[in-house]
Amino acid sequence: MPRGNATASKALRPEAVPPRQGSYNAAIADQTANLAIRGLLLFLIGVFLALVLNLLQVQRNVTLFPPDGFASIFSSAWWVPPCCGTASAVIGLLYPCIDRLLGEPHKFKREWSSVMRCVAVFVGINHASAKVDFANNVQLSLTLAALSIGLWWTFDRSCSGLGLGFAIAFLATLTTQLLVYNGLFQYTSPDFLYVRSWLPCIFFAGVITMGSIGRQLAMYEYKVVQEKTHQD
Amino acid sequence: MTVREKLRQKISAGFYWHGLLCASYPVPIILFTAVCILTCCYPLLKLPLPGTGPVEFTTGVRDYMVPPQEPSGDPGERPDWYRGPPVAYIQQVLVKAAVSPWDNRLVPVDAFRSPLGRVFSLLDEIRNHVHSDSSGVRSLEALCLQVTDLLPGLRRMQALLPEHGCLLVSPGNYWQNQRELFDSDPDLLRTVQQYEPKGLHTSATLKDLLFGVHGKQTGVSLNSRNRVVTYTITMALRHYDVRFLGSLRSRLKQLHPSANCSLREEHMVHVHFKEEIGVAELIPLVTTYIILFAYIYFSTRKIDMVKSKWGLALAAVVTVLSSLLMSVGLCTLFGLTPTLNGGEIFPYLVVVIGLENVLVLTKSVVSTPVDLEVKLRIAQGLSNESWSIMKNMATELCIILIGYFTLVPAIQEFCLFAVVGLVSDFFLQMLFFTTVLSIDIRRMELADLNRRLPAEAGMPPAKPGPLRPRETPPPPRPSPHTITLQTPAFRNLRLPKRLRVVYFLARTRLAQRIIMAGTVIWIGILLYTDPAGLRTYLAAQVSEQSPLGGAGLPHLAVAPATPPPELDPMPPPIPQISWGPEDEEGWRRLSYRHWPSFFSYYNITLAKRYISILPVIPVTFHVTPREALETRHPQDTRHAPPLQTDPSPNALPHGAPVQTDLTLYKVAALGLAAGVLLVLLLFCLYRLLCPRNYGQNGVQHGRRRRGDLPCDDYGYSPPVSEISPLLLRGHNMDIECLASDGMLLASCCLAGQIRVWDAQTGDCLTVIPNHGRNQGKSSAVTDLETLGGAEGQDAGGAGYPVRRRAAPSRPTLFGDQPDLTALIDTSFGQQPPSQAPSASSGFDFGGLVERAYLEHEPSVSPVFSAPPPQPVQRRRSLGDQPMAPTDWDSAVWALELRGNLIAAGRSSGKLEVCLWDAVEGSLRCSNEDGVSGITALAFLNNRIVAARLNGSLDFFTVDINKPLGLLQYRGGPGRGSMPPSPCYSSDDVISCQLTRSVQCAHQKPITVLRAAAGRVVTGSQDHTVRVYRLEDSCCLFTLQGHSGGITAIYIDQTMVLASGGQDGAICLWDVLTGSRVSHVYGHRGDVTSLVCTTSCVISSGLDDLICIWDRSTGIKLYSIQQVLGCGASFGVISDSLLVTGGQGCVSFWDLNFGDLLQTVYLGASSEGQGVRQLVVLDNAAIVCDFGSELSLVYVPSVLEKLD
Repeated sequence: MPRGNATASKALRPEAVPPRQGSYNAAIADQTANLAIRGLLLFLIGVFLALVLNLLQVQRNVTLFPPDGFASIFSSAWWVPPCCGTASAVIGLLYPCIDRLLGEPHKFKREWSSVMRCVAVFVGINHASAKVDFANNVQLSLTLAALSIGLWWTFDRSCSGLGLGFAIAFLATLTTQLLVYNGLFQYTSPDFLYVRSWLPCIFFAGVITMGSIGRQLAMYEYKVVQEKTHQD
Repeated sequence: MTVREKLRQKISAGFYWHGLLCASYPVPIILFTAVCILTCCYPLLKLPLPGTGPVEFTTGVRDYMVPPQEPSGDPGERPDWYRGPPVAYIQQVLVKAAVSPWDNRLVPVDAFRSPLGRVFSLLDEIRNHVHSDSSGVRSLEALCLQVTDLLPGLRRMQALLPEHGCLLVSPGNYWQNQRELFDSDPDLLRTVQQYEPKGLHTSATLKDLLFGVHGKQTGVSLNSRNRVVTYTITMALRHYDVRFLGSLRSRLKQLHPSANCSLREEHMVHVHFKEEIGVAELIPLVTTYIILFAYIYFSTRKIDMVKSKWGLALAAVVTVLSSLLMSVGLCTLFGLTPTLNGGEIFPYLVVVIGLENVLVLTKSVVSTPVDLEVKLRIAQGLSNESWSIMKNMATELCIILIGYFTLVPAIQEFCLFAVVGLVSDFFLQMLFFTTVLSIDIRRMELADLNRRLPAEAGMPPAKPGPLRPRETPPPPRPSPHTITLQTPAFRNLRLPKRLRVVYFLARTRLAQRIIMAGTVIWIGILLYTDPAGLRTYLAAQVSEQSPLGGAGLPHLAVAPATPPPELDPMPPPIPQISWGPEDEEGWRRLSYRHWPSFFSYYNITLAKRYISILPVIPVTFHVTPREALETRHPQDTRHAPPLQTDPSPNALPHGAPVQTDLTLYKVAALGLAAGVLLVLLLFCLYRLLCPRNYGQNGVQHGRRRRGDLPCDDYGYSPPVSEISPLLLRGHNMDIECLASDGMLLASCCLAGQIRVWDAQTGDCLTVIPNHGRNQGKSSAVTDLETLGGAEGQDAGGAGYPVRRRAAPSRPTLFGDQPDLTALIDTSFGQQPPSQAPSASSGFDFGGLVERAYLEHEPSVSPVFSAPPPQPVQRRRSLGDQPMAPTDWDSAVWALELRGNLIAAGRSSGKLEVCLWDAVEGSLRCSNEDGVSGITALAFLNNRIVAARLNGSLDFFTVDINKPLGLLQYRGGPGRGSMPPSPCYSSDDVISCQLTRSVQCAHQKPITVLRAAAGRVVTGSQDHTVRVYRLEDSCCLFTLQGHSGGITAIYIDQTMVLASGGQDGAICLWDVLTGSRVSHVYGHRGDVTSLVCTTSCVISSGLDDLICIWDRSTGIKLYSIQQVLGCGASFGVISDSLLVTGGQGCVSFWDLNFGDLLQTVYLGASSEGQGVRQLVVLDNAAIVCDFGSELSLVYVPSVLEKLD
């Protein structure tokens, strides 16, 4: 659905001007290709982050690091990283698309250094949730929630971002819990409450981060598309 | 709100003074900051270096008690990890066994076969030892550490390591602790060696594990010199039982007494292992660091417009890093010892502190007016950003404060560090970075200054900075102009290939670097492969590396591993079993990963825990030769050892020196060879590089130049005299405007006199004296000539008084009376321009006064509603008749010259097309359909487009009774045809018909109008650009994208459309699709002029900067700082040659590189006059106004090529 929307909205732009058939088709082909590249890039980023962050979580519960450390990267179910990758691709494409639908491109801190900062803070939140010992789960949840909202305020500040973040975090948490209750997926930690308390915040922060990356990529692609159509 | 404003002002003022201070005393401030940093970092010296090596703590055996779980009492002595029981107590039984006396019948295998065989009986002894006293019966089974399965990955070792029982290892494990297997083993060494890993290994090997001593000490080898076998039986105990261990110790000592053993058995060492960092743990860490570096990279990439980009980036990173160090140092000073893992939180700290402020500061400072003093620039830049910096800082502090109240110790500590880091970062930004920035800015200005110095015109210009990406030049387009200007000797691309290679080598010092790197690599390889070299050393180091080692000296590998006492010159036939202090803690020589890996086999981690190592129990075996012979395996004798034939060990000590000697020779030979090679290489390089360009550069250059420039009679003369300007004199007053259609040149001075010149010869063809048209000429300035707003204002100011004062006497002026022009000139010159504001002065739509224009707009329409009655008179005056007196009242706002037709648009809304011939100008037709003033005109083929003040757009067609082909004919052939055959004779009837009028083309007045390639492009105050088709005057696109009024537009035959606005933005558009190709912000203030070439866009702004942009990427390549007021005067001669006007001179630049090629001085005494307008003609001549004179500058070689 998001992909379709993005294609449609992009394709609409050249139509507003007197059509030149060749360049029009080429532009559409270009945009589709760009969309695919963007999606792939986001997917890879998502997979990578999922692996790394999963490793952080694993370390919390496993005290021994066997010499063959690489095995533990894949210690969780195999389908988790691809799922995360797909989700991040969808989110990363959805954000610029929604921005375009709302008519107002996201302008706040739109540069790569800011995006990098955002990713670093996201990893930091994960790190904190994995490494810092909290007194109780309420404290953990509150801290993480504050950090996530702070992340949104620092790097996003758009209502669409907030809304989408909440919605996706809710859905993802729900899905995860359903999976757990159906026994398809198990946490490494037996502490269910612990898992449940950090999960939504992490999801929210992740959505904001991936949205930020997606928007930045979209901006870049948009420029490229413009240039290419010009060259045609 | 007022408080806020006050605060803001205070902060701003404070920053301003601070900036002044920093820029005034850069060196003392930097020194002060450096001292501060060092002082704050001083406490860091006390911190232990981070590492994962184990720590140890020694206690006495006698009064040993298991330490309590909770820390108690004296924290000073005990380390904080010494709490609770250890993971295990390690008890080692150190066995030294030898066959004595040594017998000649014995083969080397005998030296260790039977001593090793004794381990089984000893094991039985230990296992079966039972201590019974009043408290009960205790055996090893009860006390020892019970282990379960090995880790699944260690199936290979299943047979060797104990499972499901006591953790008790000995060499006997090789044979499953069964004597029979040992006896029937034909090759003991092979059994031992087969489990050893190949190559370099870092962790403990199985041999170390089972023997319990370092591999070299065991003596289990064929050429062991002292034939003493050493091994241990290692047992891990769960509980510490003094009595059981005491009885075991005394029992073993009693059974196997060690004669000269003097081991002190009173210390027990507790070894604490830190958390190990595995690969898995490193991955997130590495990821965060990668993200950190990406962040720093993307941040510093934004630093722009400074002298040294790298220098500032370095300064930024230094600022952040030293602020971190300072914060750690300060925290340590105040007793807050960091417990967090520094490496882990470091990236987050950097991200929290951030580089933003630094970048914001840089941006703000470099965007201050360049003509200010450096001090003031810094101060202004600082005070501009002071509020946002303070606000950001306060926000961050608040966030961190909130974090502090989470009451999680780790987060609190992080927050504390972050607060101190933020404050120290602020301190450093204000003192260190600002000062560095001021130095940098000063350097850049110096460089700019140097670049403009005339003496250095031929020298390599101090480059516009490394910020300019040196891109590959676009392929030369076949154009009529081939630029063969005098080029400085240092420009790479014009040089022959050979020289370019040489220069490249010289510039990058490639040869030296390659040689250096090669040498280093070669030495490294030599060291590594050398038998006495690094590899053996490394291997030895790694395998026996033990930070625990009290004897800290790593012994060199060349030296024999065994201690020297056995190296007696008189070898005793009886192997001596000696006990020394080094045996006391033999485990120290093991790898420090020995114990962790030992326990990790059973899935027991030692990370953050400790083990206690008990004093060893010494056991000595003396095996008689007879016993050795008895236990010999039949196959042992197969190894006919050289040792037996030469029992004297003298042969052995010889080996090592011989080997070292060989090594020495080898090294010497290789070194010699390398030296010779190096010398040869250097010699070759010298021959290659040096003789070619030593001192011959200039000569070669001159010759080459001369060859390239056959037309240049001056040869290699100084470049300044090569191009001599041609001065066109005639005007009495300063030249105000220039118009040209390529071959002809029309100029107008302040007096209103129009002269038409031949652009080739410089002859004055026509003088149209000042009658009604003078305003028209003066006002044409702004529209036609890419002029800054200043002139427009002058003209506007001029128009008003002239009109008012001269109107009554107007009729007498008819008939070309030149004396009156002078009169008007004088009066005009005396008029202060402050009288300017009036309704008609609103026409000065040059960028500077656009706002004033807007303000005047309401008053414009009533004034212009007055003229309509006049046209009646006007029509009558068609033909050669001069204009009616009332017409004098309306100024000419726009002027176009095409062929011999001059089109003039007037403020009254009248369009005049006048014809000039060789004698005088005469009005041929006019059109007065419009009521609103014509602000801009475009004359293309036979069409005239007029933009009016009310935003409407009129399309006119010029009809002549002669074929229109004349107009095209005028464009090409050049001046030769012009004077003898004017295109239109005065007999021709020229009519100008309004074909179409687009009302409300724009909501606001149209400021710019350009026509090319069948398109008419208008730019307006209403922030939009519209594209019309010329033929049917149909609006194709409305281009939106600017956030200010449009001030400059460029369109050419290739349909490139660029527009610049009051917001300083430049947009490139695709005329075919109407889409915006790129959008850059380049100028502070209006964009005054725009030109595109095939590869770049050149823009000038009110900030007197000429910026060159890459057209495809929109990246600014470089910028040229112009003299004040000359900002808009530039022209493009060809794709690679740019001309800019300056103070009394024009400068030629290479467009692709931004190098200054040449500066031409227009006159000797004219330093004060700036070139304000510059027009490039078709024949590559440049016309610039120069006071009251015009300067015609030919680019000679270009001229030659064209002809």
